[in-house]
Amino acid sequence: MRYLPKSETERREMLDTLGLDSIEDLFSHLPEEARLKRPLNIAPGKSEYEIVEYFRARGEETAASYTSFLGAGVYNHYRPVLVDTVVSRGEFLTSYTPYQAEIAQGTLTTIFEFQSMLCQLTGMDVANASMYDGSSAVPEAAMMAVRVTHRNRVLVAKTVHPEYREVLRTYSQHQGMPVDDFGYVDGAGSLDLADLESKIGNDVAAVIIQSPNFFGIVEDVKAAAELAHKHGALLVVAFTEAVSLGLLSPPKEADIVAGELQSFAISPSYGGPYAGIIATKEAYIRQLPGRIVGETKDTHGNRAFCLTLATREQHIRREKATSNICTNQALIALMATVFMSVYGKEGLRELAEQNLAKAHYLAEGLDLQFSAPFFNEFVLRTEPEALNAELLKHKIIGGLPLGRFYPELEGCMLVCATEMSKRAHLDQFKKCAESVVQPALVAPRGGSL
Amino acid sequence: MIRKTRPHITQNEPLLFEISSPGKKGYQLPELDVPPIDAKKALGSQNVRDEIENFPEVSEVEVIRHFTRLSTWNYAIDLGLYPLGSCTMKYNPRINEVVARTEGLAWAHPYQPEALSQGAMEILATLEDLLAEITGMDAVTLQPAAGAHGEMTGIFLMRALLQSQGNPRKKLLIPDSAHGTNPATATMAGYAVQNIKSNERGLVDLHELEKFVDEDVAGLMITNPNTIGVFEENITKITDLMHSKGALVYMDGANMNALVGMARPGDFGIDVMHLNLHKTFSTPHGGGGPGAGPIAVKKALEPFLPTPRLRRSKDDQWTWDYNRPQSVGRVRAFYGNFGVLVRALAYTLAHGGDGLRRATLDAVLNANYIRKQLEPYFDLPYTAPSMHECVFSDTRQVKKGVRTGDIAKRLIDYGFHPYTVSFPLIVPGALMIEPTETESKSELDLFCDALISIAKEIEEDPQMVLKAPHLTRTSRVDETAAARKPVVRWKPGQSSSS
Repeated sequence: MRYLPKSETERREMLDTLGLDSIEDLFSHLPEEARLKRPLNIAPGKSEYEIVEYFRARGEETAASYTSFLGAGVYNHYRPVLVDTVVSRGEFLTSYTPYQAEIAQGTLTTIFEFQSMLCQLTGMDVANASMYDGSSAVPEAAMMAVRVTHRNRVLVAKTVHPEYREVLRTYSQHQGMPVDDFGYVDGAGSLDLADLESKIGNDVAAVIIQSPNFFGIVEDVKAAAELAHKHGALLVVAFTEAVSLGLLSPPKEADIVAGELQSFAISPSYGGPYAGIIATKEAYIRQLPGRIVGETKDTHGNRAFCLTLATREQHIRREKATSNICTNQALIALMATVFMSVYGKEGLRELAEQNLAKAHYLAEGLDLQFSAPFFNEFVLRTEPEALNAELLKHKIIGGLPLGRFYPELEGCMLVCATEMSKRAHLDQFKKCAESVVQPALVAPRGGSL
Repeated sequence: MIRKTRPHITQNEPLLFEISSPGKKGYQLPELDVPPIDAKKALGSQNVRDEIENFPEVSEVEVIRHFTRLSTWNYAIDLGLYPLGSCTMKYNPRINEVVARTEGLAWAHPYQPEALSQGAMEILATLEDLLAEITGMDAVTLQPAAGAHGEMTGIFLMRALLQSQGNPRKKLLIPDSAHGTNPATATMAGYAVQNIKSNERGLVDLHELEKFVDEDVAGLMITNPNTIGVFEENITKITDLMHSKGALVYMDGANMNALVGMARPGDFGIDVMHLNLHKTFSTPHGGGGPGAGPIAVKKALEPFLPTPRLRRSKDDQWTWDYNRPQSVGRVRAFYGNFGVLVRALAYTLAHGGDGLRRATLDAVLNANYIRKQLEPYFDLPYTAPSMHECVFSDTRQVKKGVRTGDIAKRLIDYGFHPYTVSFPLIVPGALMIEPTETESKSELDLFCDALISIAKEIEEDPQMVLKAPHLTRTSRVDETAAARKPVVRWKPGQSSSS
């Protein structure tokens, strides 16, 4: 087998050293009833060529060569060539968590840069080295707020990604951390601050919002922060579209920012792997979950980096740790780091401006559900199934029908345009959208379809 | 005596921020083919930032040099043996990387229509089946993102099953040799932790265990082989005992590389377990992730698995089933770390059933070969038969003032990544060594020679070892100073002496 670098002669020599007849002898102490007495029911090993063919065939059974207007937490952005060039280097790809700092300065330095750039983008003081993804970063941020405030209730906006909210519920159920929703303003699609005010109290540890929110709408972070802080709660601001940070004011009024970096050169890859991030104020650094890299010196006085504040973590604190997270998403975070380096200060802004322009061009003349300002996605009133079917005829995947997550938005879909959306496709989408009979014309809104 | 390495020049490299200069560019966007939008008008001026303060501006050439130079400061499996215990640092086949970038897979959006996702879903279903066969379990979820995430999912499942029987119970029993994620996970699932002391052979003590199993105990979290690399010889008695009290047994699958094709947890009484695909199934660690931590369960736990579940529809298509009323819920968005799962499937296909078994045999052979060579020079506190790893103690070297952490640093000078230092906690000053199957005899010989040579150095010149590493571009790093006054981001005007 090509991954096993030993000849039979060498195996024999090693067995002689051990004074054994066969390698199986090394398993003779396993209790009889625990042993597998038949070969695994798995086909014989395949050649590299056959494996490539297998996955190519599976790839053809998907939407390769389609254009897509899906967003909803996963965005189609161009991936600069340097990203894969860098992460394909074996020294990054095949190294472990940098516990031995003297021979891991490459990884440690890139993580330090990653943390620094995330602070610059979010307006926070400190950031960790990554979380699994945005959806798990949100409950970890909520748990962090519980530790900081010694309160336990969490209020989450309905405009936070619905799957993130589901994950928050799963995490919260055994931690004595009740989670309640608050709503959005009907015609606007933005936070309903009055609803938040009616639900907030001195038992609330965290108010969680998302900006741009699930409908693509830019939220009033400042107003939400004022309200949360008035009641002694922390404000957690989540984001799913990191490209927006190139243009939008950083959520610096937040106490914790929990986001998803998929937009930074991370392939959609049917839902993962992505990279989550938690950033916060300096004062809360000891409650931050996950790995953190800090600057120090070596014995010669040279600048060096190492993992730090490990006393928060499970391998030291065990059941009293801030989180059980161990493996994170380091290589994916490196993709984001290379992406941020390639685009830089001006590039990220220009990229965000292109996204804004494409989405607004697409929206112009269409029937939008909400009036509040949006970044690169918006909610379209239409007959979602009919429109998507029409678009598929043109090898276009349309938007996400929202009825699945929001029954009140049954006649709506979430549509996204990025710098990858070409004008011809935008025009095609508009043409199809205009041709589909809108539910408002055949039935009152909210009526069955 | 250092046979594996010879020094070579390494490049210095400042931080990105320090090579930044206004107006330098590493990108060019296509010309905008729609009218530009005034952001302040569209979004409101209070919502638009002036700039990203101090964000770097560098050219493409500088970006590639920056990261390439930094990469040369890392050790990696591609450079040699990486014997971290319970980490299973094996070769990461490059075909895995190629197939994960197959266009239709890498660019598949999780919300694209199921009819246009069949290939991706087929991959997931195939991997679920293979992992069920390898573990001897009835059902698998691929949703968890890493081992600890899988643990959390698995304990939620146990809790849900017990709850459905009327009482979720209060405690989890965890051996003192366990990985730190186990107790941390128990807390996240709302369970108190009862530590179980290992016996003099480093194994779970049946009598000790018996004392603690009562109707408050939800289950046992066990690692098998355990963290000293020894198979729990009483495993079926242990699982029988737990089951007789209505409790369940969770297995941490971190050490599954010792068992694949030789023994199956489902056959020795395990109810639920996770696998670390970034260990046993060769997906790259990438400096700390991404991983994947699928959970395999017995039938009784299947109804509680996270939503959604793959299902074959009447018209013979894959579909996502969200209608799972007993499910513990989602543990993350979408369906799992798909790109990692693709790599794990490629690895499994490459090996096939027989190849997987041979890999296990070689992994155990390698560990025992190292143990045999080093036994005369280092204390072996637990002498039970080793499987895929062996754990020594620094007790002999401590007499000269040299500890496991120092030996580890000296090993770096010999051109190796160190073993796992000071873990498991039941071994004083542990040197925990796991070579994996993807090491040649000559690499193992070099490694053993290096440690033997260091053992002799400690006898002759312990001071030299205490100051190691001597040959790296970065000498011993002051971790205490880093924690005392944390500097965790770059700021303008901050010190620079790279």
